[in-house]
Amino acid sequence: MTALRMREALRDAMAEEMRRDESVFVMGEDVGVFQGAFKVTEGLLDEFGERRVRDTPISENTIVGTGVGAAMGGLRPIVELMTVNFSLLALDQIFNHAAAIPYMFNGQARVPMVIRMPGGGGHQLGPTHSHSFEALYLQAPGLLVACPSTPADGKALLKAAIRDDNPVIFIEHESLYGARGEVSDDDDEVLPFGQAAVRREGGDVTIVGVLKMAQVTERAAAQLSSEHGVEAEVIDPRTLRPLDLDTILESVRKTNRAVIVEEGWPHGGVGANLSTLITEQAFDHLDAPVQRVTGADVHMPYSKRLEQAAIPHEEHVVKAALATLEGSI
Amino acid sequence: MADLPDASTCYELLAKMALIRRFEEEAGRQYQRAKAGGFLHLGIGEEATIVGTTSVMRDDDYLIGSYRTHGHAIARGTDPKYVMAELFGRVDGASGGRGGSMHIFDREHRFMGGYGIVGGNLPLGAGLALSSEYKGEDTVTVCMFGDGASNTGNFGETMNLAALWKLPVFFLVENNLYGMGTSVQRHSAQTDLSKKAEGYGIPGKRVDGMDVLAVREGVAEGIRLAREERRPTILEAFTYRYRGHSAADPEVYREREEVEEWRERDPIETFAKRCVEAGVLGEREVQEVRDKAEEAVTAAVEFADASPEPPLDTLYENLYVLDSAAGWYAVDERSPEPHRGEREDRMPDAARELAEAGAAYAGQPASGERPNPAIEGDAELGVEPEIAAEREDGGDR
Repeated sequence: MTALRMREALRDAMAEEMRRDESVFVMGEDVGVFQGAFKVTEGLLDEFGERRVRDTPISENTIVGTGVGAAMGGLRPIVELMTVNFSLLALDQIFNHAAAIPYMFNGQARVPMVIRMPGGGGHQLGPTHSHSFEALYLQAPGLLVACPSTPADGKALLKAAIRDDNPVIFIEHESLYGARGEVSDDDDEVLPFGQAAVRREGGDVTIVGVLKMAQVTERAAAQLSSEHGVEAEVIDPRTLRPLDLDTILESVRKTNRAVIVEEGWPHGGVGANLSTLITEQAFDHLDAPVQRVTGADVHMPYSKRLEQAAIPHEEHVVKAALATLEGSI
Repeated sequence: MADLPDASTCYELLAKMALIRRFEEEAGRQYQRAKAGGFLHLGIGEEATIVGTTSVMRDDDYLIGSYRTHGHAIARGTDPKYVMAELFGRVDGASGGRGGSMHIFDREHRFMGGYGIVGGNLPLGAGLALSSEYKGEDTVTVCMFGDGASNTGNFGETMNLAALWKLPVFFLVENNLYGMGTSVQRHSAQTDLSKKAEGYGIPGKRVDGMDVLAVREGVAEGIRLAREERRPTILEAFTYRYRGHSAADPEVYREREEVEEWRERDPIETFAKRCVEAGVLGEREVQEVRDKAEEAVTAAVEFADASPEPPLDTLYENLYVLDSAAGWYAVDERSPEPHRGEREDRMPDAARELAEAGAAYAGQPASGERPNPAIEGDAELGVEPEIAAEREDGGDR
C-alpha cells in the first residue's frame, strides 16, 4: 500500500492500463503538454508520447465523438473533459451515440470508452464550472456511471472502467483530487462496478453519500455518534449504474430509516431516484419518510459565502438523520 | 468526361444503381402499406453518388453515413433483404429491428452505420480513421453527409481535428440542394460547400453527383490522398432526390419543373444509355440488370415479411456488454431475461429475489411477454389494436 492523492491514484490507474493494453490511449483538452487542467494526466505524455496522450482542440462534442468512433474501431479511449459543465457540449455524442450505438445496432458495435470529468463546488468557480451531473448521466441506459470518493476506489474503479466494454461516465470531484489515502500497489486490483462500500456500520439510520458527500456523510456520522448517540450506517455506492441497491436495501431493512446525500440539484436527483427505489422495495420496513440532502436548487454562486450555503455540509446531514429519528430518540 | 471502364465494371455499377433504385421504390410502396413505420428517407436519384463512391473503396475501408443510407449499405454489399427487414422492424433486420430506416448497420461489410442526428456521424468518422491510423493500418474511412450537416458545429470541429491530426478520412458531401425543405441558398452563407472546410485546412472539389464515373474519379483521388498521404479532403457531389425529404413531405419548397429537369439527368438512364451506345453493354444486359433487381427486391420483401417480430424478451439485449462485467446491474430487475454480470452466483440473494419479483423500477413482470397496448389493444385503456390500414399521410410530423 502507498499513500497517494486522488489525482495520483487516477494517473496510476491510466498509466498501468496503458502499459498493460496498447489499445488504451488518453485524449482531451490540455492532457498532454499542460499535464492536465487538474494535473491528473501528469507524466503520461513523457512516458507514452503524443500518439497515446493526445491534446485536442476545444471541441467537446467532437472529442467525445472521435473517441466513440475510435472505440468502434477497436481502441479503448479515455477521454478527459475539463469539467462536467463542459460535458454538456458533448451530450449529443454521449447520449445519442455512445450510449445508443451498442443497442441500436443490435450489438454489432461496442463502445469501450471512459469519459472522465471533474465536477462539484467549493472552489469559487461560479455558475459554469461547479456543478454535479451524476443524476443526468445516471438516466441514460447504456452508460455506466462511477463516482469514487477515495483514492483507492478511484484507482481500482478507473482500472475497471478502462477494461469494461461499455461506455463509462467517470465523475471525479475537484475537491477530492488532493485527498490522500492508502492505495494498493497491485497492478491487477480492480474494483468491479456495482459494489457499494459500507464505510461505517450502525443500526439507527442508513445514510447514503455520493461522491464527495460520502466523506461529508462519514464525518456527519461521527458527529451523530458522539453528540447524539445515534449510530448511522454509512454507505458509499461508488457506482450509480450498476447500482448496488441490494446493500442499500439490506441496510434500510435493518435501520428502518434512510437519508441520501448528494451535491447535485434536488429535482430528479440521485436522491430522488434512490428514495423512490427504497420506497418501492422496502416501504414496509420504513419507520420514517426517506430524507434527502442535496445541493441548493440554484446555479452555483461565486461568492464564497453563498457557495458554501449552496453545498451540503455535515450539519445538514445530521439534521436530516435526526429528522428520520424524530419521536424515537 | 471520364472514360468508360471495362464491361464487367460497367455492369456492376449499373446493377448496383438499379438495385438501389428498385429497392427504394419498393420501400416507399411498403411504407404506404404501413409495413415500415417511422420516417422513411429515400435516396432515389442519388444512386450515382452512392455507388460511384463505394465502387472505389476497398473491402476493409470504413463507410459511415447519415440517415438516408439504405442504398449505402446495399452498395457496400449488404443483402437488401436485411435492409428491408430492418424497415419492417423485424428480428432479421440489419440492426435487429432496433434501429429502423435511419440506423442501418453492417459490421461485416464495414458499413459503420446510418445516423439520425444530422452531423453526428462526422466525429465518428474521424474516430474510425483514428483507429486505423493508431493501429498502423492503411484503411480509409469515407464519411458521407448531406449539405445540411455542413452547418453543424460538428462539421467545423471535425474538419479541424481531421486536418490537425492528418487522419486517413475522406469526406463526401451529398449535396442534394436541400436540408430537409430549406435550399442551400437559404441555409448556407457559403454555397460552394467544397470551400467550406478550406479555412480548417481541408481542400475540396466539386463533382457531378449524377455521373457515376465522375464520382468514381473524384472519390478515388480523395481516398488515395487519405490512404497514401494522410491528407483529408472533401468532395461535394451535386445530386438530387426525386422524392421528398421523407415520405411525408408535401414538397412545397420546390417546383415540379425542377424535379423534372433533374430526372432528365437520371444517373441510371444516362449511364445505361452511354454503355449501350459505346457498345460496352447490350440492351439484353441492361434488361437483365433490371430483372435481377426486381428479383432481389421481391425476395427482400418476402424475407422481411416472413421474418418474425423481435421477441419481447429481447427488449434489453445488447444494451450493455456484460461478458466482461462483474456484479449486477440495476436494469436487471425489470428485464425478462435478467442481465447480470458474468457469474449469476455473484448476485446476492436479495437481488435475485428482486429480479424474480420484477418491478424494482416500474412493475414489469419477471418473465413472459410484456403487454404492449399499442400492439394488442387494451379495452380498459381504450387503446385500439395497431392499425394496419393503408397509410396516406406518412409519419414525419
